[in-house]
Amino acid sequence: MKTSFALRTTALSAAALIALAGCAGTPAANSNPAPAGATVTMKDPWVKAIDEGMSAGFGTIRNTGGQDITITSVTSPASSDLELHETVANESGAMVMREKTGGFTIPAHGELHLEPGGSHIMLMDLAEPLKPGSTVNMSLEFSDGTSSETIAPVKDFAGANENYDGSEHEGMDHGEMDKDDSESESAHDH
Amino acid sequence: MPHVDAPAKQGPSRRGILFGGAAAGLGAIVALGIDSLSSAAAPAGGSEPLHGQAVIPFYGSHQAGITTEPQAHASYVALNLRDGLDHESLQRLLRLLSDDAARLTQGQAALADTEPELGTVPARLTVTFGFGPKLMELAGSSAGESQPLPEFKIDELEERWNDGDLLLHIASDDPLSVAHAQRMMLKDARRFASVKWVQSGFRRSRGSEASGTTMRNLFGQVDGTVNPVPGSEDFNSVVWNADGSTTMVIRRIRMNVDTWDELDRSGREFSVGRTLGNGAPTTGSKEHDEPDFEATNALGFTVIAAHAHIRRARSENTNERIFRRGYNYDEPPTGSEISNSGLIFVSYQKSVAEQYTPMQQRLSDLDALNQWTTPIGSAVFLIPQGCAEGGFIGETLFAA
Ligand code: HEM
Ligand SMILES: [Cu+2]
Repeated sequence: MKTSFALRTTALSAAALIALAGCAGTPAANSNPAPAGATVTMKDPWVKAIDEGMSAGFGTIRNTGGQDITITSVTSPASSDLELHETVANESGAMVMREKTGGFTIPAHGELHLEPGGSHIMLMDLAEPLKPGSTVNMSLEFSDGTSSETIAPVKDFAGANENYDGSEHEGMDHGEMDKDDSESESAHDH
Repeated sequence: MPHVDAPAKQGPSRRGILFGGAAAGLGAIVALGIDSLSSAAAPAGGSEPLHGQAVIPFYGSHQAGITTEPQAHASYVALNLRDGLDHESLQRLLRLLSDDAARLTQGQAALADTEPELGTVPARLTVTFGFGPKLMELAGSSAGESQPLPEFKIDELEERWNDGDLLLHIASDDPLSVAHAQRMMLKDARRFASVKWVQSGFRRSRGSEASGTTMRNLFGQVDGTVNPVPGSEDFNSVVWNADGSTTMVIRRIRMNVDTWDELDRSGREFSVGRTLGNGAPTTGSKEHDEPDFEATNALGFTVIAAHAHIRRARSENTNERIFRRGYNYDEPPTGSEISNSGLIFVSYQKSVAEQYTPMQQRLSDLDALNQWTTPIGSAVFLIPQGCAEGGFIGETLFAA
């Protein structure tokens, strides 16, 4: 579904990638798998609004292809430092997030849900505030060297406050939404 | 069919059996009656007619929720924009809200929806956006048709029910779907706006009566008989501007049902000029009979009184017509009151000044109903045209 944000992974880049890989018109065979960029779409992506620091991106990544694919990294103009995170219980049983070594693998004809409290794309060192209603472009990079673009709207979200596994990152949560954090420059009317 | 937990075994209810048993001699007939009744209400095997998945398109040249056959529940939410909003942040707000509406009305969870399951039963959910003067100006357009109405002598307006910068009119046959859509959209609006007022209204539940039946208000009147018919040429000429927009007047009108109680049936019918039984004019027999404003009684007075509501509401100038699409409200009484009821009067018309105001002026000058009704809130909104997929409501205002 196209929405007010003209969402959805761009089909263009996928088509371009097919041409690049030189297998346009060739049905995907095991010996010659379709490029991941052509079989992966991100449905309903969104990123949590935050004024500074770090944030997280969510959505459902679908693999329509016959091979498992692996997302090794994500790039975005919004952040120079993106990581793929999972959320796991630490020794004391608390849920913490940490980098997912080896990237996200999406099984053939399967999907991966990125959601608050679970796996997500971590955007660190944000270039500028992520304002609600704006959009963030992200490029999912796959292990076969192909990629897929997605446009994620930014939304206010009270949750997604997972702790980072590692005390040196103290305070580096996804940002607590300040309810008084209005769009106004001046004091606002409550 | 999804979401149906069909009872394991179908049959007369326990209560039905008890009543049936009590009616000695008629037992068989009663049991039969109950059986057919209960099977009409909840037949076995999941064939119960459900309408939770009924969907009204969000995208289109006009916004939904105006020609839509009125849903059972409506919530009108007026927001005040926070200080410091600009052209750019306003567009972000409208994109966010349009996206929520586009998804939720189609039975899909909103983005970042913390209760996605609540978004899956739209039951004809619609969200209609209205713009007040401040929003219009921020968007770089003239406030024009969204200016408040002039004062009328019948008004006892309370500031808490007046005006607003952005209206969300959320309606569905399911009140839980209305509540969820409202909460989701207010979460997205919170940074940009605060709630000015919320008015929730209702009509009969879907399925209680054939759809298309004219609604009843809490005076017991058939209310909405003489009204342009959505889809007709006439309707289009009364309601839609060339660009697909319209205007909306929303008035909270208290109905004093306690003093209305003092009035006998003929007095009630006299005040409007229509019968309570089926809403026929007092000069006719069927609801849609044309009232005869000239007909006189034995004493030589017109049957439809000079101050009857329908006489006063009707103008010889056929341009002075509106499309009424209101809801009842019934809030908890306070103090010694036993009711706090009224009408969320809502009308759509191309031009407030040319169509609505002259009519309201006539009714303010003289209308028998004024004895029992008091306007306590008033607001006017421009209802911008609809949008296409990929767009957002109000986008054309920013294009200029
Ligand atoms: C609580 C307040 C009101 C009540 C209880 C009420 C009730 C009614 C009823 C019972 C009818 C007759 C059936 C029908 O045609 O719908 C009617 C007709 C009408 N009312 Fe009202 N009404 C109220 C306020 C208003 C207001 C504020 C306006 C406009 C300013 C208005 C405009 C009309 C019009 C245009 C008609 C149709 C007249 C015709 O036959 O041409 N009403 N109303
Ligand atoms: Cu993280």
